[in-house]
Amino acid sequence: MSGQKVTGRTGRRRGLIPAVVVVLYVLVALCAPLISPFDPNHADLVARLSGPFTTVHGHFHLLGTDALGRDVLSRAFYGSRVSIAVAAATVVVSGAFGVLVGVLAGWYRGWVGVVVMRVADIALSVPFFLLAILVVAVLGPSLANVVICLALVRWPRYTRIAYASVLETRERGFVRGAVAVGAPGRWIVTRHVLPEVLPLAVVVATLELGLMVVFEASLSFIGLGVQPPTASWGSMLSDGQNYVASAWWLVTFPGLALFGLVLAVNLLGDTVRDRLDPTRSVSRKPFRRRGPGRGGRAPGWLRPGGTTGPTAPTSTAPTSTAPIPTAPSGTSQEA
Amino acid sequence: MAAVTTAPDTAAAPARTGDTVLDVRDLRVSFGPGLDAVDGLTLTARRGETVAVVGESGCGKTLSALALSGLLPESATVTGSAVLDGDQLVGRSERQWRALRGAKVSMIFQDAATALNPLMSVGAQIEEVMAIHGTHGRAARRARAVELLTSVGVPDAAVRARSHPHQLSGGMRQRVMIAIALAGSPDLVVADEPTTALDVTVQAQVLALLRESTRDAAVIFITHDMGVVAEIADRVVVMYAGSVVESGPLDEVLERPHHPYTAALLASVPDPDAPLAGELPTIPGRVPPLGERAEGCPFRDRCPKAREKCGQRPPLAAITPGGSAAACWYPENTAAAEDGRTADEEGTP
Repeated sequence: MSGQKVTGRTGRRRGLIPAVVVVLYVLVALCAPLISPFDPNHADLVARLSGPFTTVHGHFHLLGTDALGRDVLSRAFYGSRVSIAVAAATVVVSGAFGVLVGVLAGWYRGWVGVVVMRVADIALSVPFFLLAILVVAVLGPSLANVVICLALVRWPRYTRIAYASVLETRERGFVRGAVAVGAPGRWIVTRHVLPEVLPLAVVVATLELGLMVVFEASLSFIGLGVQPPTASWGSMLSDGQNYVASAWWLVTFPGLALFGLVLAVNLLGDTVRDRLDPTRSVSRKPFRRRGPGRGGRAPGWLRPGGTTGPTAPTSTAPTSTAPIPTAPSGTSQEA
Repeated sequence: MAAVTTAPDTAAAPARTGDTVLDVRDLRVSFGPGLDAVDGLTLTARRGETVAVVGESGCGKTLSALALSGLLPESATVTGSAVLDGDQLVGRSERQWRALRGAKVSMIFQDAATALNPLMSVGAQIEEVMAIHGTHGRAARRARAVELLTSVGVPDAAVRARSHPHQLSGGMRQRVMIAIALAGSPDLVVADEPTTALDVTVQAQVLALLRESTRDAAVIFITHDMGVVAEIADRVVVMYAGSVVESGPLDEVLERPHHPYTAALLASVPDPDAPLAGELPTIPGRVPPLGERAEGCPFRDRCPKAREKCGQRPPLAAITPGGSAAACWYPENTAAAEDGRTADEEGTP
């Protein structure tokens, strides 16, 4: 089928570069001890505030050193660990909790639904930094508390999506069918409702991931996150702000690292959303959850101009090599 | 076959055709005072028998079906009695229903495309019913699922079991629905217009298959299509505005309808053998909506033969020894009634 060729930005490889970038960041985070040229916390006061590409008594600092003479490159490498770990942990914790209570609220409705959704509204209305200061004041500053703090603020995102999706799914024919064969509620929720909710939650999670990287950096920047001497992009920016005029590299490189990761994660999130979210850009999706020919544009072979249009869906046939395992390929069977 | 543990072995069981499985008496589904959507449904069904419930839209057919499988919305109140193989269906709690659904009552929905989960293979959806009702062992469930698919005429069932609903045609999907309905070896299958979404040739195949595969169960078949009724039913129950206006064996109802509504319904079906003779007869007016139903015979406003006595509601009275009954003061096609009517007509100015 000629329609399966990648067609520019809209092709299936649209998310490839962001994905590669994200993978690189993760690799750097995992291998930080191996690839860092110096101990990130080793202060070399002789070499303090050296610019990029300087060699001080035989030690080459690619990105320069900070006010205590610590290697910026090594600290940036180690900083990626904090950013990625906190962002991932936050997304997992808030996502799991948010989806759980959202599904319960949508399934039981009634007072459970009212209580959960009002608490979610309240959580959304709490100013983030106020809550962060409160959590740190009560629990003390630490990585775990940063995760708790972020999760406390972000879970309603997932809850709202899950709640809405459950309300819609529970009215669908196959849920009624499952009730009609005597399936208990827990069975229906885990077997029939969750598979409808999870793709949406994954979309939210990928979009949240970038935001969480920024939030962690913000908390570290104002001193509520990672505590010195542990390196974090946020704390590096914070330390470097006093020297912006004289030592530009102190804020530039952590800032670029942050920028690159957030951009890549967000672009990846857009791709994931386009692939998984049934309510958006049907024509771009290579995979349709409702099967071919339902809604959206007609398959290429039905439209004038054939399959060569730049926005032609990459494939609409069920035999497409859709990457989602929930729709295995196969041939249509006619009775 | 041998691996199936809990499902009754249908092959070895003695033919139990004949005993009454379902006995519904004066079933009412109400949405509030004066809002009786089903207003006195009475029917019985024997094992191996298909009872067709016929009527226009809004006659309470589907609500009756939902009442028999406990799937009515919470706003509905069910009264009366419906006994399925010793179990009273009216007034069950959700938990009590769960034990029955799938195992003793199962339902075939009209639109298999939406009633099947698009994310699960059809085999898994059949196995699911068995898993819920305690057939242990994945291999046993899988074997039985393939067996069921074969029995409903799905070719190459072992391969098809791994297909997802969108890979199957409408007819195949409806067969899968039937297999799901039969997976728990139910005593009663409630089929709500199961062939309406299919084209006519496929419809005929599916009907034949449904008949074939439900020999051990009673089937309540909801439809508005008289052609389908003629094909599948053993007995017919005609509903109008929430109540039964006529019931009886298929031949009697189709050949010699007693209630004017049945007669009018049959008259409005085109006869392919007869030459075209003007316009097809229709029934003027519409089913009175819920809440606007007057006292007396519900069909009175549309009935060509309505008279003063129709202001009182006629009871469902037995008419023939064959089991036909009609709720009409002036039933047609009966010798006695013919006499009564002529006398009555002469007496009326």
